[in-house]
Amino acid sequence: MEALFAVLVGFFFAAAIYLMLSRHTVRILLGVALLGNGVNLLLFTTGRLVREVPPIIVAGQETLGTGAANPLPQALILTAIVISFSFFAFLLVLTYRAYQELGTDNSDRMRLSEPSDEPLPPMGY
Amino acid sequence: MAASASPAVDLSAALVLTPPPLGDWLVVLPVVLMIGTGALLMMVRKSVRLHGAIAIAALVMLVVLDAALLWRVSLHGPVTMVMGRWLPPYGIAFTADLFGAAMALAAAIAALAAGLFSLADIDAAGRRYGFYPFLMLLMAGVSGAFLTGDIFNLYVWFEVLLISSFGLLILGSEPRQIEGALKYALLNLIATTLFLIAVGILYAIFGTLNMADIATKARLAPPDAPLTTLTALFVLAFAMKAAAFPVNFWLPASYHTPRIVVSALFGGLLTKVGIYALIRVTIMLLPVEREALSFVIAVSAALTMLLGALGALAQMDTRRLIGYVVIAGIGNMMAGVAVGTPAAVGGAVLYALHSVITMTALYLMAGEAARIGGSWSLASLGGLYRRSPGFAAISFLLMLAAAGLPPLSGLWPKVALLKAALDIGAWWLAAAILVSAFLLTLALARVFLLAYWRPQPTPAVEQPCPTDWRITLPLAGLAVVTLVFGVFPEPVLRLSQAAADSLADPQAYINSVFPGGRVP
Repeated sequence: MEALFAVLVGFFFAAAIYLMLSRHTVRILLGVALLGNGVNLLLFTTGRLVREVPPIIVAGQETLGTGAANPLPQALILTAIVISFSFFAFLLVLTYRAYQELGTDNSDRMRLSEPSDEPLPPMGY
Repeated sequence: MAASASPAVDLSAALVLTPPPLGDWLVVLPVVLMIGTGALLMMVRKSVRLHGAIAIAALVMLVVLDAALLWRVSLHGPVTMVMGRWLPPYGIAFTADLFGAAMALAAAIAALAAGLFSLADIDAAGRRYGFYPFLMLLMAGVSGAFLTGDIFNLYVWFEVLLISSFGLLILGSEPRQIEGALKYALLNLIATTLFLIAVGILYAIFGTLNMADIATKARLAPPDAPLTTLTALFVLAFAMKAAAFPVNFWLPASYHTPRIVVSALFGGLLTKVGIYALIRVTIMLLPVEREALSFVIAVSAALTMLLGALGALAQMDTRRLIGYVVIAGIGNMMAGVAVGTPAAVGGAVLYALHSVITMTALYLMAGEAARIGGSWSLASLGGLYRRSPGFAAISFLLMLAAAGLPPLSGLWPKVALLKAALDIGAWWLAAAILVSAFLLTLALARVFLLAYWRPQPTPAVEQPCPTDWRITLPLAGLAVVTLVFGVFPEPVLRLSQAAADSLADPQAYINSVFPGGRVP
């Protein structure tokens, strides 16, 4: 089961990187959203995928037995979901505002802050 | 009754039962103060006239608290406090050692200077947009990142400072700000996501997120654990946060777009948080794997230094030029990580402290130059020396400091790094440090030549430019700090060396988190 999920996480990452290599900001954003979900899935998988076994450390043991899923990565995911969701919301608004202000969603044409024809500084006076 | 039937539970196995000594509260107070003040400023968001005074008072308090914390740590060793009284590694620990406390103090000083400058620079509109609440939350994130002892908590503080930095970056909503913020936000979000992936894998390997616990377990890890892959992920994530080559291009694309105070805060603090995390993880937590990656880090460091210096030479805009100076400094600190001996790490720590102060001051200097000279461009700036000799003197000192020339504080970390690189025979890394410093000297000397010595190109009317204490005080203050530590470097040299030694041998740190040894 974990191996299957590992492959799935790989697909998520591949799709996310492919989308983020695009010039268009909307696709980059979709890539970021996919990447965040891929990471959540990865964290989920690191804690073992087992159902119906309570995560209780047996008396005398120091670590959780292999029969139960570790609950801590699931807590990490909750934090990560909240953070990545709020960031995604912010980025959506930012992208929309950028489209309004700059009139393009093509990142190659976003050269307002880095003009391509800026001259070199004077060599002397 | 169930309660009477069950035997008395021994809580001391799970909880800290004795209240911590009063001095230990210093570990969390900087973060508490900043979050509290941020919330207070949100509550009084309608009365923007109060914001400046409240924020400055809080930043002064922050400097005092961080200084007291550093004092305590240097006397008694690392200080630890756990959240909710749970014993580590279950409770989230805040642990301040010399490195973290010193960085927190330097960051607080830089933030105070920027806060004073902002009284003159941020207008009523910027205050209504929430400059001061964002500044407080940014400092909460930065202080939290420097003082936390838990690696997932470090990730959370990264996100706290990132979201407040977005707010600061788009203050004013000009098109070029939105464009810069978009590039900055996307790339930094990807960097923190990489960090999160690394944290997840780290937990899967070690089963713990507490840094002291990881430092113990990493030295006993089974040989088949994928630790080098993990370290490579951490290095990539933190190099991206710190703007090291080849993942540095978001910095010159965005750092010149916001208000100059915001640029100063970012240039001084944010990239250094990345370097701090890099040093913490590679030197203290995973030293063996750093050794395996040292060549990659060294190549990246050398290229970062050279790219930063060459980029600075090619810029017309003073703010973009300083952005490249920041990048060149990152290369120097990475060189310390690449060499990795305690002497080299000491040099990197010292460079980080120097860089927090100097880079903030350089951006503020560019802001004042633009206020007097009316432009950001080297083509139209001129005559600043004639118009304001005092400011020109301060600027000259700051440029010497940034270029690493005596008698300012930039010299000593470079000397330490050079010596450490030559000691292990990495002559090409030493050569890169020297060439980069030489090119930076040229770039900054040209700024002084064109903007200060050259007569004003367009014969403008010589209107008097009144000096403003809110601008002169922070600039002069930061210049004095770098001058004093340049002339009397002994205390900071000793401090940074002690910090590096305790990173290489984190026994004191581990003892502070687990006073009675590691209890499973």
